[in-house]
Amino acid sequence: MSANLIEFRNVTKRFGERTILDQVNCTIEEGQTTTIIGKSGVGKSVTLKHIIGLLEPDDGDILFHDKPLGKMRRKERRAMRREFSYMFQNNALFDSMTVFENIALPLVEKTSFDKAEIERRVVSKVEQLELSEVLHKYPSQISGGMQKRVALARALVTEPKIVLFDEPTTGLDPIRKNAVLGMIAHYQKQLGFTAVVVSHDIPDVFFISNRIIILYDRQVIFQGSPFELEIFDHPLIEEFIHSLRSLKDERNGMETRRSFERQFVHEYGLVNTRDEFTVILFTIKDLEEVKKNAGDITAQKIIQSLAALVEKHIGVMGISARHSDYEILSILPHMDQNRVEKLLQRMGKELRNHKVIEVQNDAGACQAFSIVAGLAHGKPGMELDTLVAQAKSRQVSLAVLSCSKES
Amino acid sequence: MSNILTFPILFFNHLGRISIAIINELGALTIFSFRAAALMFSYPFQFKKTIHQVFFIGVKSLLVIVIVAIFTGMVLGLQGYYTLVKFGSEGLLGAAVAMTLIRELGPVLTAIMIIGRAGSSMAAEIGIMRISEQIDCLETMDIDSSRYLISPRIGAALISFPLLTAIFDVIGIIGGWLTGVLLLNLNGGIYFHRIESSVALHDVAGGFIKSFAFALIVSIICCYQGYFTHTKPGGFGAKGVSLATTSAVVMSCIVVLAADYALTSFML
Repeated sequence: MSANLIEFRNVTKRFGERTILDQVNCTIEEGQTTTIIGKSGVGKSVTLKHIIGLLEPDDGDILFHDKPLGKMRRKERRAMRREFSYMFQNNALFDSMTVFENIALPLVEKTSFDKAEIERRVVSKVEQLELSEVLHKYPSQISGGMQKRVALARALVTEPKIVLFDEPTTGLDPIRKNAVLGMIAHYQKQLGFTAVVVSHDIPDVFFISNRIIILYDRQVIFQGSPFELEIFDHPLIEEFIHSLRSLKDERNGMETRRSFERQFVHEYGLVNTRDEFTVILFTIKDLEEVKKNAGDITAQKIIQSLAALVEKHIGVMGISARHSDYEILSILPHMDQNRVEKLLQRMGKELRNHKVIEVQNDAGACQAFSIVAGLAHGKPGMELDTLVAQAKSRQVSLAVLSCSKES
Repeated sequence: MSNILTFPILFFNHLGRISIAIINELGALTIFSFRAAALMFSYPFQFKKTIHQVFFIGVKSLLVIVIVAIFTGMVLGLQGYYTLVKFGSEGLLGAAVAMTLIRELGPVLTAIMIIGRAGSSMAAEIGIMRISEQIDCLETMDIDSSRYLISPRIGAALISFPLLTAIFDVIGIIGGWLTGVLLLNLNGGIYFHRIESSVALHDVAGGFIKSFAFALIVSIICCYQGYFTHTKPGGFGAKGVSLATTSAVVMSCIVVLAADYALTSFML
């Protein structure tokens, strides 16, 4: 059980006559990724700005380690703020500084590191985020996606304990959107910071979040884990999630996990509704290593390529969806196990021949990875989790491939 | 009847609101300026940024100051000569040009030129930083935005204004010499002799006191307008920045001229 790091107690915020937050209560736990979701203008960024002290509540308290911010001395508040990093919605890059100077700024101003150490740290972050080529360019000379990554590098370069991300994926294409979310999850695991993410990228954010907070009509209507959200039966939340969610997963064009599970319950889960069926679980092994050595965008391209391959071979014969950040789950009715095994052999051959995941071999930062798949035989009335566990336990290698840094 | 009664209430209501708004603004301006000025002398010092601003406010304004100074001096020489010649006192032209420039026109015109060139740009740059959340970003990094943005500009203005004023005075005197001596055949020796005999140290000191005062006024008003761009009524985004820049220029000019009158009356 994680400790409460930040707690909102009956927080109310008004701008003139307009009430943005009304008696908001929520908690953010230490060492976890909490995502605040809500429609535009509902007060997500306002909530984030309260956490870091850029805004003060009109009523109520915000507690940091159980101590109200309002009662903290100036010195304590400054010490608290040093633990934070903030990635702004519009990046807030200094347009008269180069990418290097932007990332180095917090180190130059707030640490006693010498020039060489600052350069080492900046270059290390820049390489991880694939920004080496634009190091000496100005923000206006680089693309929106790169600006996001520069902002992310600046937020992480000081190795903060708490990082607040204000809509980090706004304006990005699906691959880069998921790459940024992947980076957040990756660094959160690696560095162990507490992440608070404001987003409306449903369902993508569910894969990186430990906790979800939903803001709706000036109040928190839900807080809990993504799993609790899925089983939480409330018409308001159902309507809310539906209004934000895109019908298809933007990354791969498949069904979203929630819609997939609903279809499963209605079409396969009920006794006597259908014949027997086959479940296939595809898993990309060593994806974390790929991200580390070849970059997040390459990792996202691999996921997308596998999804395309699954769609190509399974397509309308069944239903497929992303099951986790590195797993794809398919259900095939009307197909016996032999045919499914032959199908997997064809897919494996295609993968091994590099026709699907076109990545160049590179002696430098190349990282091998493998794709495995497992089958489970399903009967009406069976639980999906049971079938997934069975498929997982029977997974065998489809292909071992290598990847490289993007050129 | 009811209109007769409600009119004074509405009038005083409106007057009260305006007065409170002005007092609020003055209070905020005072706190802002004292804080930024105090931070100039506290660790960590902002040497690099101050030098960068001296280059921006001082060096980059040099050409415009030289051009304005030379023409101001030439006009003074021309007008002064034709006025003095009526009284047979054209020999006093050097003294008239020098005294006018050193005591009055040098500091005032230098300040107004810098307002136009550097003050407006200060307000716009800080205003854009405000609306694009760059100032908020500094605060989230625990970097004091007043120390980082405002103090170096005030410091640089305090260094640049007197130096530019001195240059303005010298170039202006040369401008007067060009028209008086080269064009109108006044004796060059008399021109400079009259300057030497009439200009006293307190005249020069008065000019420098004014330029220090104008440096504070201009830098504080321009930075303040930019820093609080987001609080301007009726102006958000680019419009807010343009409003802030306009009010920075207009207010700085008015306050410089008013302060000039006040300082002159104290020093005479």
